[in-house]
Amino acid sequence: MAKAFFGGVHPNDMKAATNEKAIEQLAPPKQVIIPMSQHFGAPCTPTVQKGDHVKIGQKIGEFKGLGAPIHASVSGTVVAVEPRPYSMGGNVMSVVIDNDFQDEISEEVVAPANPDMLSVEEMIEIVKNAGIVGMGGATFPTHVKIAGGIGQVDTVIINGAECEPYITGDHRAMLERPEQIVGGCCYLAKMFGVDKVIIGVEMNKQNGIDSLNRTIAERKAPVVVQPLHTRYPQGGEKQLCQAITGKQVPPGGLPSAIGCAVFNINSVCSIYKAMTTGMPVVRKVVTVSGSGVVEPKNIECPIGTPVSVVLDACGGLKDGTFKLIAGGPMMGMAQYTTDISVTKGMGALLAFAGDENKTSDNPTCIRCGRCVEACPMHLEPLYLYMYVQKKRIDELNAANIMDCMECGACAYICPGRLHLTQSFKAGKQMVKDDAMKKKAAAEAEKAAAEKKGA
Amino acid sequence: MDYKALKLIASSNPHIRNNEDTRSIMLDVIIALCPALAWSIYRFGFRALLAAAVSVGSAMCWEWLYRKALKKPQTLGDLSAAVTGLLLSMVCPVTLPYWMLVLGNFFAIVVVKQLYGGLGKNFMNPALAGRAALVACYASQMTSWIDPNAGWAPLNLHGADVVTAATPMAMIGEDFAGLTATYSVSDMFIGFVGGSAGEISSMMLLIGGLYLIFRKVISWHIPVAYIGSVALLALIFPHGNDPVQYMLYSLFGGGLMLGAFFMATDYVTSPVTKKGQLIFGVGCGLITVFIRTFGSFPEGVCYSILLMNCTVWIIDKHVKPTRFGVVKEAAKK
Repeated sequence: MAKAFFGGVHPNDMKAATNEKAIEQLAPPKQVIIPMSQHFGAPCTPTVQKGDHVKIGQKIGEFKGLGAPIHASVSGTVVAVEPRPYSMGGNVMSVVIDNDFQDEISEEVVAPANPDMLSVEEMIEIVKNAGIVGMGGATFPTHVKIAGGIGQVDTVIINGAECEPYITGDHRAMLERPEQIVGGCCYLAKMFGVDKVIIGVEMNKQNGIDSLNRTIAERKAPVVVQPLHTRYPQGGEKQLCQAITGKQVPPGGLPSAIGCAVFNINSVCSIYKAMTTGMPVVRKVVTVSGSGVVEPKNIECPIGTPVSVVLDACGGLKDGTFKLIAGGPMMGMAQYTTDISVTKGMGALLAFAGDENKTSDNPTCIRCGRCVEACPMHLEPLYLYMYVQKKRIDELNAANIMDCMECGACAYICPGRLHLTQSFKAGKQMVKDDAMKKKAAAEAEKAAAEKKGA
Repeated sequence: MDYKALKLIASSNPHIRNNEDTRSIMLDVIIALCPALAWSIYRFGFRALLAAAVSVGSAMCWEWLYRKALKKPQTLGDLSAAVTGLLLSMVCPVTLPYWMLVLGNFFAIVVVKQLYGGLGKNFMNPALAGRAALVACYASQMTSWIDPNAGWAPLNLHGADVVTAATPMAMIGEDFAGLTATYSVSDMFIGFVGGSAGEISSMMLLIGGLYLIFRKVISWHIPVAYIGSVALLALIFPHGNDPVQYMLYSLFGGGLMLGAFFMATDYVTSPVTKKGQLIFGVGCGLITVFIRTFGSFPEGVCYSILLMNCTVWIIDKHVKPTRFGVVKEAAKK
């Protein structure tokens, strides 16, 4: 039985352009630009300097607090350590490496002697050193999720929903690398001490489901595949937990609150690679698609490959391309320049040159209620929109705006073409600013009272 | 390849939108009204078509004039004014003078819709409010009906020549036996009865309503709750000996089908949650039956919907989706 969550929308999945194309290896790029911010948390500090020689897998960025290390993806010479544009907007400190095409592997990359005999602590250490993050786009450090979840988590879920239109990287991985996925699942099962791991896959990838099931049967692995209804945002962490367990993550909480931990297919493959070869995350599968791309493809390339190189490998962009998106069409970030590079969280690179940009000169809410039906977080977007327009902070809080995960389902379905998601981003910032202001005011008052008392 | 020359738009997600927009929704409503309009022309003659054209035209003119005068962006393209005009012509007698239709549209478009801020802001259904205003001003013209059984009159451009007769709704309360003798249930269902221009054929309206549900323009909640509660009350408190017969006459007579599928489902003036829509539909059904049974008007659809329109804010305020992640028992506390 396929499972689903409440709400959501059914955009045309557009996956036919790339779902039958095998993952292609990109010719080694001349230069890579590796941003120091590829995870949820503060950016890494570069550990190399201009002029240094680096090898593949060598650590070039160290994290502090919440984060994951970053590694060189090619061998060669560091030519610059400076801020460069990156896919999440603005500039960030980046390490620029000129490829020497020697493909030397760093001495730091050591395969564990016997991966099956590792203790849980050792495995977590390997995941941490491999720089593995949530590669579906959220980029939460995987080792933190594992270490924090052990003891609380009884349901380990692998996110193979791939609910965003266009993206087919996970689908191809299911067909071409099922042993990595299933193998990675086995390590996760061991770390969490659970007797099975559940892979949730949308039903529009039936051959992917079959491929995984074959491998699971061959290996007698403690893994089950759960087919899911094809509906966006099925791959949202909270929606996936809801679909599979029937339980809802409490407001503001993490899946571990209901005993769940969710991992992306790509991250699971990376866990497998790290355990068996010691190789950290240095490559990424990117789906290059959309009406503006001459020849859509699934491409695997070193982290830090400039997107212009990736686009060139797909025949370039068509005239009239008006949008370039890092990520899916529902939640990806629109880019203002092609000077950015591929990061750990970039699952797709989309270019639009057709009629995708449907806007209205005069966006008007007609109260049709489609947004209320679509919201997977059970919010009422039309009222939130009204409150944001009028800057009503108290009403925004009462309407639970902070529950919004900006999935874009409401704005997608809105016949009035309201900029709902955009205004909720602004609204959430307003609420945060207001809370900060109130906190500062309270502290100032307290300090003043203490001063008076003294 | 050089990508420097690209002019990229860096707007917020989502980057794709559904094809359906306000205009396509309104167009679907107009398409759904076509069978009933065609029946109306067949029964009442081309005057029905002319009345519809005058009504649509004047509704669009008022909207254009108002927005021109106030230097607001023009919104005729969303077709909402056309829908209002068409609906108003369908809830008036076909014999109504054209200038009264123009006046009714003034009230609907300018007073009820635009003065409250235009599409999406009005709290009453503009077409029904326009009808209510006309009933208040021109009660006799709004309640004189031509007898469709006086002869087939497809080319009749002067409907006023035809003999006037009581509608089924005027008879159902006082002379139910007389009604059943005059019209069979199938007459009522197919539309061989008297009444407002667009409301006589339940069959044609049902076809249009099902089209709207099939196209997902409306959901089943309001029509089912509305028609269902009217049917239930008719079964419980019947006239005559056969409750089922009375129920069928109650459903197919008057403006119930037009009201339930096309008026009560108006997005702007109905609740946004499905639960709220069920409450709204039942409320419409109750008030309709109360007015039909106890009121001085024979028909209650128009006022029941207008009254329920006024309660939408309170329904929306209290009927909200359960917050994600909050278990039901905890939410009640």
